[in-house]
Amino acid sequence: MRRFLSRKLITYVVAFFIGVTMDWGIPRLMPGDPIQSMLSKFSLQSASYTAQYNAFAAEFGTNLPLWQQYVNYWKGLFTGNLGLSVWAPPAHVTTLIFQALPYTLALLIPAITLSYIVGNRLGAAAARRQWLDNSVLPLGYILQAVPYPFLALLVPYLFGIVWKIFPISHAYNPGLLPAWNWTFVASLLDHWFLPFLTLFLVSLGGWAIGMRNLVIYELENDSSRYMRALGANEGVVRRYAYRNASLPQLSGLALALGVVVGGNVVTEIAFQYPGLGTLIFNAAANNDYFLLQGIFIFIVIGVLVANFVIDLVYITVDPRTRLSMQGSTA
Amino acid sequence: MSVSVENLSVAYRSRRGDLTAVDNVSFTLADGEIMGLAGESGSGKSTLGNALIYLDQRMKQTGGKVRLDGNELPIANTKAMKHLRMAEVSLVPQYAMSALTPTRKIGTLTDDLLKSHKVRNRDEVFAEMKRRIALIGLKENVLDKYSFELSGGMRQRVTIILSTLLNPSLLIADEVTSALDVSTQRAVGEMLLEFRDRGYIKSAIAITHDLSILAQIADTITIMYAGRLAEKAKTETIIGDPLHPYTQALIASLPDVGVRHDTTTLVGIPGRPPSLTNMPTGCRFRERCPFAFAKCVETPPFVEVKPGHQVACWKVSQEEANK
Amino acid sequence: MSESVSDTPPLPETSQTEAELAETGAGFATAVEHAAPFVGRPAAAPANVVGRRPRRGDFVYYGLRNKKLVVGVSLEILFIALALIGPFLAKYPPNALVGPGLSHPNHTFWLGTTNLGQDVFSQVVSGLRMSYLVGLLGAVCASIVGMALGFIAGWRGGIIDEIIQLFTNVLVMLPALVLLIVVGAYLQNRTIFFEGVFIGLTTWPWVARAVRAQTFSLRSREFVDMAKLSGKRPLSIIAKEIAPNMASYLFLVIILLFGSSMLLAASYDFLGIGPTNLVSLGSMMNNANQNAALFFHLWWWFIPPGVLLTGMVAALLVANVGLDEVFNPKLREQ
Repeated sequence: MRRFLSRKLITYVVAFFIGVTMDWGIPRLMPGDPIQSMLSKFSLQSASYTAQYNAFAAEFGTNLPLWQQYVNYWKGLFTGNLGLSVWAPPAHVTTLIFQALPYTLALLIPAITLSYIVGNRLGAAAARRQWLDNSVLPLGYILQAVPYPFLALLVPYLFGIVWKIFPISHAYNPGLLPAWNWTFVASLLDHWFLPFLTLFLVSLGGWAIGMRNLVIYELENDSSRYMRALGANEGVVRRYAYRNASLPQLSGLALALGVVVGGNVVTEIAFQYPGLGTLIFNAAANNDYFLLQGIFIFIVIGVLVANFVIDLVYITVDPRTRLSMQGSTA
Repeated sequence: MSVSVENLSVAYRSRRGDLTAVDNVSFTLADGEIMGLAGESGSGKSTLGNALIYLDQRMKQTGGKVRLDGNELPIANTKAMKHLRMAEVSLVPQYAMSALTPTRKIGTLTDDLLKSHKVRNRDEVFAEMKRRIALIGLKENVLDKYSFELSGGMRQRVTIILSTLLNPSLLIADEVTSALDVSTQRAVGEMLLEFRDRGYIKSAIAITHDLSILAQIADTITIMYAGRLAEKAKTETIIGDPLHPYTQALIASLPDVGVRHDTTTLVGIPGRPPSLTNMPTGCRFRERCPFAFAKCVETPPFVEVKPGHQVACWKVSQEEANK
Repeated sequence: MSESVSDTPPLPETSQTEAELAETGAGFATAVEHAAPFVGRPAAAPANVVGRRPRRGDFVYYGLRNKKLVVGVSLEILFIALALIGPFLAKYPPNALVGPGLSHPNHTFWLGTTNLGQDVFSQVVSGLRMSYLVGLLGAVCASIVGMALGFIAGWRGGIIDEIIQLFTNVLVMLPALVLLIVVGAYLQNRTIFFEGVFIGLTTWPWVARAVRAQTFSLRSREFVDMAKLSGKRPLSIIAKEIAPNMASYLFLVIILLFGSSMLLAASYDFLGIGPTNLVSLGSMMNNANQNAALFFHLWWWFIPPGVLLTGMVAALLVANVGLDEVFNPKLREQ
């Protein structure tokens, strides 16, 4: 276990390091003057322009040597100071992030966990029953092949426009004032459902197919054959196969996170859902580089944390990593 | 008779039709007899052994019967066989190294197997299991371990204990020593003998290509070639005075201890076993046999030429008849 | 090679990969052959290669009889044909304003027009080409980098392997789309080449993992040892023993990569961070969305691109499964 975790931690540290460096480096390596483009959105007179320019330059640190800018960036990270937003002044970047965060989490967490759980069950069931397999498999492949944007347009079109069941943009009815009453919460849920459904559906197919193949493989492996040869109930054999198949699936979950985040961004933008995805998109559109950088590193941290959580779950499920391979044979 | 196999044929399904791997095989096992089943790779010995307990979808029984303690074993009927497995007929598989599931403790696996057989007094069975584990020199805490925590030899022995836990009448031990070092081989061999002597198993079929281990543990040895039985006799006879040309060549090809092979050469058997898709008519060994003659194009029957000694060879039958 | 069937017909050798799993501490390598080279959608990767090399005669026989392969390939050929000859069928340049806006599909405009009056059909066939181009670019780029790194890691092992693995795992964790948004904010003019290379450089880890596992598995097989014992040089071993066995697997991986590149490009184009000013299936959906196509029920604007893309990728996936079955006899239905 120690070996497993230490290797993982090294990866996380390196990933974080690379993420921060990328985040810091990209604006400085790109052609053009970032501060100038930031200010291009404002029509400022020359005096206020210069003043604003200098203020930003100071914040950015352009007059400092590169290595010092780098160090300052790290310092800023650890003190939680990600700068001020240009697009929505005078809000701190961190404030904006934390305002948007709950919406993104509200989409991501249920969508990922449910699609994983339901997909696994579906896949395992399909592995055992031919009739189910014949419908799950094609459906799964189609869902896998659907591009995120298409589903993000089709779902609201069908459910929102054609059948008029759900609203298709924003997090809640714009006419309402946020308050903890039932109307508001109901509106929240109402607006949440379609984006959640989109994110859920896209991942579902992949999990189902993956689990189906894994379970089929495990049902034919040596330990399953042995148990059948000793007269074990098929249900027992299936349970054991399922447990064995869960391990690579769990690893797959960790690997898929980076891309699910991407899908989330697409979904949020399609639904104008005010999460981190919409925020980063607006930041980019408005050349708000501080906000952009801040969100990027925040998302990176989020993915790393999620990976770590999955690692911990993996340890509890897989006895091999828990007990480590060293010195265990007599 | 404990086990009686009568004209058993087993084939593999393939796109080119059924490929017969076990062709009209008959033999009997007495109570308490450990029979070695030896032959080259591809002789059908593993298929024969495994068919007696679990015919998977690739295989099918194309003829014959199997009887255990007088009752017919419904080997072709997987459902009917289920409650007989482990309890009456059991298997130590060729893949014993990977037979124990990696994600459950051995004790848990045992418990689930016992539950599948609706064993009520599981505590007693576990107590007995612990006694047997101690008997072979392993520690009781093996039940709390996972299979990957055990060495190869330990896994093999634990699998044997698990497979024989319900005291089956027939144990099929498929290549139980092939993956082990010599001293562990001996330990496993002695374990089988001990289990038979204590009545944990009644009879056993030990499938192997290694005659030396059979020399130590088997009461009788059956030699199989290309899906058919070639010879069956007491161990001493097979080793010391075999009659079938194939057996003779096999024994002769074994290196002797202490002989240096700069003075003598290792003798093999020229040629190869026939392929399943291209079986010769008559005696399947005739193309490699130094004694083949005209009659060999007819299939020789597997008959008793001396008391307790069966051979399928025209040359041998004729010689014995002339005596 | 003789057709002799031994006692138990050969099963795919799993022991190698399992041994390797044990070596590297389960967590990293476990998912390799099961977490897809199909990026972002967890799916089954091609099954492990069986040791015995299938003969060419086998391929054709089983290939033609495999429904999935035939259906998948035929569909894909249809789409490719559409991409190739479509622009000749299309009467107008994709961005030209040629008719009344917001018209339903009719005789002149087979898929109707956009809000500005551009011919949707022309846009779609132009976009098809873009998708295939990006798909190809991304797949080629990812394959080259991924195969090279994966092979080196698997073949050499040791510290080189550890470093490459570290690099691979780090890259997988960084969300590529977010990265592209950031990069795209600074890089105002992007080419299709840039998009393809970006996709390639962010998806090669999936290829590398798969190739590494296969290399590991094949490296310690008996026939490689035999070749080494008989004194063959490493390059010769790689070319004659390992490559043919990997070739089929790699082919499957590349097909999956092609599909995932197309999907990724669609997402990027939808967000406007694809190639600037290029009509693609993703950008069409973006334009449709920006111009309230949903509200105005302009289904012909966003549904055809989406359906086409789904079809193109689904055909690839199905063909891939079929091909896997052809290469791996054990997967074939009895």
